[in-house]
Amino acid sequence: MVMLHMHTGVGAGSQRPSEPEIWVALSEVPDPEMPIVNLVELGIVRAAAWEGDVLAVTITPTFAACPAYEVIGSSIRQRLQAAGVPQVEVRVQHSPAWTTEWMTEAARSKLQAAGLAPPPRHQGDLIQVLMEPVACPRCGSHNTTLQNNFGTTPCRMIYTCVDCKEPFEMFKPL
Amino acid sequence: MERAHQYALSGYLIALADDELILGHRDSEWTGHAPILEEDIAFANLALDEIGHAKLWYELAADLLGEDKVTYPDKLVYFREPAQFRNMQLVELPKGDWAFSTLRQYLFDAFEALRLEALSQSSYTPLAEIAARIRTEELYHLRHSQAWVPRLGLGTEESHARMQAALDALWPYAQGLAASLPGEQDLHAAGIVPSSAGLFERWSGEVSQFLVEAGLQVELRSPLADIDRNSHSEHLPALIHDLQSVARLDPEATW
Repeated sequence: MVMLHMHTGVGAGSQRPSEPEIWVALSEVPDPEMPIVNLVELGIVRAAAWEGDVLAVTITPTFAACPAYEVIGSSIRQRLQAAGVPQVEVRVQHSPAWTTEWMTEAARSKLQAAGLAPPPRHQGDLIQVLMEPVACPRCGSHNTTLQNNFGTTPCRMIYTCVDCKEPFEMFKPL
Repeated sequence: MERAHQYALSGYLIALADDELILGHRDSEWTGHAPILEEDIAFANLALDEIGHAKLWYELAADLLGEDKVTYPDKLVYFREPAQFRNMQLVELPKGDWAFSTLRQYLFDAFEALRLEALSQSSYTPLAEIAARIRTEELYHLRHSQAWVPRLGLGTEESHARMQAALDALWPYAQGLAASLPGEQDLHAAGIVPSSAGLFERWSGEVSQFLVEAGLQVELRSPLADIDRNSHSEHLPALIHDLQSVARLDPEATW
């Protein structure tokens, strides 16, 4: 873990963290529902810019009704304040809409390793991509069936692997 | 955007949001009660999504009216009287059996898909962007309800009978989809929103064919007399009471 100077900011004058340090700190904030991946690699954090002494951080929730975004906001504030940012303002921006195309390869690999099938790349054609077979994240078989268009969070759907008989979730392409 | 259009659009969006809110509330009534676990999960998610979409529309309406985006949606949801809601009657009917809720969802989802497609082309960019956001999520709703209609319609004798009964009860209310939303005529003329009557014609053709293929009989009935959004059934006040009761216990409470 990269350690940042931990002064509390107030009265510290020009000692505020640099842009790379800010992004490192942001990439240490885990997603509350899938802590194996962080908010930056998921593509949720869209921008971080100084406005005077306030750091404005723009986030785009994965789903309109994502219940996690308030927790996400407070996790970001806490982590940045610990990194020496005196004042953080988290802004929610819904457009352009979040898409799984923003998720990095690193995040996809982590999901896969944790048994959650990553969202397929779709270049905007969701209907087409949803007709293609999904690989089981455990055994790799493409012999899988859709169990439910919905899952344990708004961003997941449930499949069953016909070969290894295990149910698994896939991150919905969006 | 012109001031008159801003005002008209805020009314239009509140009506759209009310549809989502009320349908979401009805969907949430299945939580813990759906016939199988998968559908319990599905309906809980549908409810969450619909209420999330309502929030996006209420927030955009707040923006247009110069109101606060955080407090205004809550004010509309928790402190209006039932008669002030502008949802269509289709979404306020009690959840019925699971065939009824599933078919209602299909009828509504199929129409919403067409409306969102049109709204995502709106000349008013903030509206187009939010419509595009909601549209991708709604794709999963339609996939879900579209899968169940033929499964039940062509399933067992009982599932077929329940679906046919649901269709007979819902069809007259679904005609309300053709009715204009508040402010629609002016907004449509300005290229901001589509014409509901135009969408309804497409919907009616597509949906009727789909229902027939699912083994159901579609009767062409005359629409209900009062399908406009200013009149409600006796079911809405009870729903609103349920929805608002906690917030009204202590309006000043903070979470």
